[in-house]
Amino acid sequence: MSALQPHLPALQVIVPMLTAPLVALLRERQFSWLVTTAASLCAFAVAIALTMVVLEQGTISYEMGSWPPPFGIALSIDAVSALLLLVVTGASSLALIAGATSLQAQCESDRQPLFYAAWLLALAGLCGILVTADAFNIFVFMEISSLASYVLVAGGPDRRALPAVFKYLVMGTIGATFYLIGVGVIYLMTGTLNLADMEVRIQQVGEFQPFLIAAAFITVGMALKAAIFPLHVWLPNAYTFAPHVVTVFFAACATKVSLYVLLRLDFVVFQQNVGGHDVQFAYFMLPLSVLAILIASAVAIFEANLKRLFAWSSVAQIGYITLGASLISQAGLTASLLHMFNHALAKGALFLALACLAMSVAKLRVDEIGGIARRMPWTMAAFVVGGLSLIGVPGTAGFISKWYLIQAAFGAGSVGIALIIIILISSLMAVVYIWRVVETAYFGEAANDEAREAPLAILVPTWIAVALNIFFGLHPNLPVELSSRAAAVLLGTGP
Amino acid sequence: MELLGLYHYWVFAILLMTGFYAVVAKVNLIKKLIGLTLFQAAVFLLYISVGMVEGGDAPIFTADNADSLFSNPLPQVLILTAIVVGISTTALGLAIVVRINEVYGTIEEDEIQEIDRR
Repeated sequence: MSALQPHLPALQVIVPMLTAPLVALLRERQFSWLVTTAASLCAFAVAIALTMVVLEQGTISYEMGSWPPPFGIALSIDAVSALLLLVVTGASSLALIAGATSLQAQCESDRQPLFYAAWLLALAGLCGILVTADAFNIFVFMEISSLASYVLVAGGPDRRALPAVFKYLVMGTIGATFYLIGVGVIYLMTGTLNLADMEVRIQQVGEFQPFLIAAAFITVGMALKAAIFPLHVWLPNAYTFAPHVVTVFFAACATKVSLYVLLRLDFVVFQQNVGGHDVQFAYFMLPLSVLAILIASAVAIFEANLKRLFAWSSVAQIGYITLGASLISQAGLTASLLHMFNHALAKGALFLALACLAMSVAKLRVDEIGGIARRMPWTMAAFVVGGLSLIGVPGTAGFISKWYLIQAAFGAGSVGIALIIIILISSLMAVVYIWRVVETAYFGEAANDEAREAPLAILVPTWIAVALNIFFGLHPNLPVELSSRAAAVLLGTGP
Repeated sequence: MELLGLYHYWVFAILLMTGFYAVVAKVNLIKKLIGLTLFQAAVFLLYISVGMVEGGDAPIFTADNADSLFSNPLPQVLILTAIVVGISTTALGLAIVVRINEVYGTIEEDEIQEIDRR
């Protein structure tokens, strides 16, 4: 173990990436699932080890192939990346453990090994974005994960997945290309691609106009990928028609990794150098966040398809994350990063519960789940706890991040009071759309007499996610510590 | 005429916007993909064109040319990677269009929406 210790940052990417072609060669469903899950758990273990090192010693730097930066590609892991590495690898592992049963109902046996290979590539890409310290390397990993995720989303049995994934592909590619233009402009001006090096060299250039253009391209490109309102149009359909396990994985982490790139570039590279950029960022993000929170929650209230309902709710929750970031304060960023962690827990649990539900109610429409709680008590109980966490009821993880967000808003003066009112209104809207489902499931007339409780293989991971929601609601030390350190890193005030 | 002197930026911008227009305005999925390819190609050209150094040689380093002026090879290496990414995207996009055609019997976006609405 100690011999591997210095190479953990590289292993984080290499393990899933090298396992992917291996899994593609396996022709047996069970075995390929086993190998994939093992690789994902391995990545999770690496992420935990890295987090422990980061908490102890601060930022980890790693020179790929011993080429010193800025010539070689450097990997660097600080509190921001550690927090998201935990979310990504954890969500992937939990979704995979639940995945075998759920996927069997949605995907033919002989296609599954290839499906798992694409999953591992998506995981490798997402981890790669988080560990690398090179702007172009981020683009490459982003495209690896995106291409793999298009394949995963298109794996769903519903034919409407195909137009949805085409839209996702077009918008995702435009987003990535915008990012590439932004990076190109920075490279033109500074001659470097290393993020830390950029930060230093931008100051030496002195001419800030091109950097504002680069910042605009990168912000819009990443906003497309992160589904920030109003650039979210690909998300609801892609989440709805993807296989259920894929939705669990992506809802928990895919958009958050794009948000990570946005925050990393905007805060570390631009705001500390380009004068007035923080104000521009706030004026750009704040209205969009508020609109996302209110409009997407309102749409969710009237949505009949359960998966699409929670996809819209995800758009609203991304609004909370950007809202915290747009306050540009230690408290605001802490709340934002904390919400990335806690929202992943809540949405992961909810979509896992939906995957359980889908074993009996294939179409997942609200009017088809009448009285289903009497037949699937465990599933619906998990759903209720996940829902409470999403609303932000005390005792669940969701409460912690909303509490931090409200505290951060208090620090923002008179605008903050308006923001608090908006947060409270949207929490009430969340109560409405969760309650609508709960009411139908518990008190509605029985619409389905053949429903049976979901198999244990998928029910157990769901309850693990639920237990984590309660655990981190009562003992929030780890995520709070990580996110406040991460906020300090982004603001340039911490190690 | 300084504005036209930097003509490669104009080529970049015009190509980029032409591609973007096709992606947004065309309903035929293949035409959308062609637009997307053009959109990406414009960015490739941006990178490649700025790597050129006036009077610069090909960057092949030998014992006796250590003092000469070289063009910047790094953008070309970057774009080599980006081209691979672009090709994979186009291939995947075309594969999806083939599947859409198999399932829906059309590749016009408005007709697909019409079929789904029914």
